[in-house]
Amino acid sequence: MKERNKFLTILLIFVYVYFVDFDTPSVSGAILEGFFMLQEYVREHTLTCLVPALFIAGAMSATISQASVIKYFGAEAKKIVSYSVASVSGAILAVCSCTILPLFAGIYSRGAGLGPAVAFVYSGPAINILAIVLTARVLGFEMGLARAIGAIVFAIIIGLSMAFIFRDDEKERHDSPPRREMATEDGHPVQTFIFFIALIGVLIFATWAKPASSGSFFALIFDYKWSFTAISLAVVIIIAFTGMDKEKRVTWLDETWGFSKQILPLLFIGVIVAGFLLGRPEHEGIIPSQYVEGLVGGNSLFANFFASVVGAFMYFATLTEIPILQGLIGSGMGKGPALALLLAGPSLSLPNMLVIRSVIGTRKTVVYVIHVVVMSTIAGVIYGTF
Amino acid sequence: MKIKVLGPGCKNCETLHKSTLAAVEELGMSDAYVEYVKDISEISKYIMATPGLVVDEVVVHEGKPLPTVAKIKEILKKTTG
Repeated sequence: MKERNKFLTILLIFVYVYFVDFDTPSVSGAILEGFFMLQEYVREHTLTCLVPALFIAGAMSATISQASVIKYFGAEAKKIVSYSVASVSGAILAVCSCTILPLFAGIYSRGAGLGPAVAFVYSGPAINILAIVLTARVLGFEMGLARAIGAIVFAIIIGLSMAFIFRDDEKERHDSPPRREMATEDGHPVQTFIFFIALIGVLIFATWAKPASSGSFFALIFDYKWSFTAISLAVVIIIAFTGMDKEKRVTWLDETWGFSKQILPLLFIGVIVAGFLLGRPEHEGIIPSQYVEGLVGGNSLFANFFASVVGAFMYFATLTEIPILQGLIGSGMGKGPALALLLAGPSLSLPNMLVIRSVIGTRKTVVYVIHVVVMSTIAGVIYGTF
Repeated sequence: MKIKVLGPGCKNCETLHKSTLAAVEELGMSDAYVEYVKDISEISKYIMATPGLVVDEVVVHEGKPLPTVAKIKEILKKTTG
């Protein structure tokens, strides 16, 4: 954020607080809404969903070697491989945009080139484990799945299209320096695999929702969900203390704590702000629902386009797009525009456009932004009609 | 021997820098010179994911998870021997 923008933000908050009339029911109601929404997150989503997901993210960055993924981005990697890896590897490599942008620069200038770099930077923020888990939990499984699939598919399309448009001016690349493969002692792959399955098991069983009908397979799991959770947790703990050395355990906890510090404060502030502005579903925040419904209700082309453009320029701190969308959907936003915003939002913002521009130049950045807006609009229209 | 630790100054890079210094000291390598490279354009000549470790212009480590002191010692021994 530029110093000027910081100043303007502070000034805006100051003027608002100076003149606001806290006694009117709409304002005091909106403030309460902010805290009700925060309470909903703390009660419903934190212990059973966010905390396990943070542990999974921590374990991934402690055990999965980034170098082993990055080698698929090299200049000599096959195109089809680098595109597919670029579009899905955000799930393991990146939790926030601060790790995505350096990797983007590296893939562009030394690795597989413009197409895979763009595919990576578009899908990364949408498919990291925390984003998928929390989207599915708060906005529904269908929306979570649509977000993940949309991000992957459109990342490949945008990447290929960018690479095609700029096929003639592949710029001079740095040569890769020599590197030596150092054998990594990864422990037992089978054990690591079971470890991750158990970790994911904790998350899935603890958040298992009560199904509509009883007697089905899902209902059976629901009846025993806490036993399954306990079993998974026990497996995690046993492996952590028998299969891992102390160093690895400490790294795991360090990484988990690092992510928590990075993400939770901003997320909770985001939840309060979203509650204040938009209110929980069925409740009013400070912005009346009819405005939201008028702009992004239904599934018109304009609603989808508007959501994409706003999403592309607005900055969302990691995961805060989720409470904001929850508020918007509660105020009458259509599900098509919601997906459009989810796809365009976290992958682009004014600040990160500037970073991208410094790496690939103005012309390519403008074309990339247009791609993101158009593709996200199309994705929203398609999803909204189903 | 010239060793470069590459990282913009994040926590992980600091950790790697410290473990590298410790490894060099434990091995008693008097000819080793450890440089901490923080310049992004210099870093991006070698690696994509930070932090990185370069020994005599050869990349020997990149990204997370970080190598332990013992692991760095092993790498340095292999490179010299």
